[in-house]
Amino acid sequence: MILPPKVLLPRLRVVAALLVSAMAAACSGEYSTLDPAGLEADRVAILFWVMLAGAVAIWIFVIVLCRSVVVRVPGENAERQARRLILWGGAVFPGVVVTVLVVFGVGMMPDLRRPADGPTIAVSGERFWWRIAYDVEGGPGVVRNLPAGGVSSANEIWLPVGRRTEILLSSPDVIHSFWIPAIAGKMDAIPGRVTRLVVEPTRTGVFAGACAEYCGDTHAQMRLRAVVVPEEEYAAHVAAQAEPAAVTEGKGPELFLRSGCGACHTVRGTPADGRVGPDLTHVGGRSTLAAAILPMSVETLADFIRSPAHLKPGVEMPAFGMLPEEEIEIIAEWLGSLE
Amino acid sequence: MHFFGRTPDTIWTLIAAPAIWAGHFLASYVAAAYVCAPNADIFRGIGGVRVFIGGATVISLVLIALFFYRAWRDWRRRTTGGDRGTRQDQEGFLEFATMLLASLSFLGVLLDATPALLIADCR
Repeated sequence: MILPPKVLLPRLRVVAALLVSAMAAACSGEYSTLDPAGLEADRVAILFWVMLAGAVAIWIFVIVLCRSVVVRVPGENAERQARRLILWGGAVFPGVVVTVLVVFGVGMMPDLRRPADGPTIAVSGERFWWRIAYDVEGGPGVVRNLPAGGVSSANEIWLPVGRRTEILLSSPDVIHSFWIPAIAGKMDAIPGRVTRLVVEPTRTGVFAGACAEYCGDTHAQMRLRAVVVPEEEYAAHVAAQAEPAAVTEGKGPELFLRSGCGACHTVRGTPADGRVGPDLTHVGGRSTLAAAILPMSVETLADFIRSPAHLKPGVEMPAFGMLPEEEIEIIAEWLGSLE
Repeated sequence: MHFFGRTPDTIWTLIAAPAIWAGHFLASYVAAAYVCAPNADIFRGIGGVRVFIGGATVISLVLIALFFYRAWRDWRRRTTGGDRGTRQDQEGFLEFATMLLASLSFLGVLLDATPALLIADCR
């Protein structure tokens, strides 16, 4: 059905307005690389806008040219003019544009790769969450495994603003990719190899990150939070993370241990010292649960204990829905109190 | 093997310029990779490699320019852009294609050399 222009045009206008507003909305937000909060993302955004402007200019030029070719009556020197156009428009112009872009892009690289002057953080991409260890000692050159030790945490990475933090990446299972669009990345986390990414956040705030390399069932839910804070606050946070759990006695830890949770999870200060799943020593202090897909609360903790695969298909943790409901609640409440 | 009083063009003169470009790319890449291996000290300067790439770039550009000039000299004297399949037409086609490939290779060599100009160490 072809609509008459009177009906069609207003409708097209509405569609265009919706499209433009949708695109404008994509320019900000916690996942946006066009709303930069880090040096690298900032440079990427500049490159993007420069290239977009150039592409639009070239597009307009080509459209105008197409129109003039259709409309125009060929004159005497048409063939010569056409050749000249091909030489200048088809060879010289793209050559100059490519050269400028290469010089512009390569020229950015030395500054982006300046050495780190902040902490070193080890991040291990694991199906489907991020193991984090603050303040590790990284060695130079080609390294196969992440350094041991450090202050362990998961799924929420704190970064000092204005410092160049070196992030060492690896994985025990498949290739993942570490990406915080507003700050920096992507950088692959590869099994048997340590890759490095130096990030330099330029403003404080909470930013979202995600795994950017397909890694299995719940790849899309393998997210993380980056919390950028002033340097003193970062140091205080890492010091607090290094402490043992806030509550290590009582019904909660007792049930946690009796149900076997400690085989996979560590809660420092209790006998639970499993290394399979995320460190839960300060789980209640994180703002999200299950690799940043759920808000942190006693309810979501209980839901996750009952049926992790329901919230996160492919997760290695078995369901504990067979536990009595009150026990699940006690465990969830205890975990929620571990700030 | 001169005919029509001009230098003959063959498939070899046609691919000479891109081959120089390929050689320049390979030499630059291998030299930088070799000097920086095993990448234990990423902030070590690579001054020697940069000088080497600079020299290779100048030599490559001069050679490519020579191939361009050689093809252009004959091509500009042609009066017809014939496509009747004669030996002369084939010659003209080879000359023109050589000029285009030499221009592209010239730019390619310049772009290969850009990182050596802008990046001073193993990063």
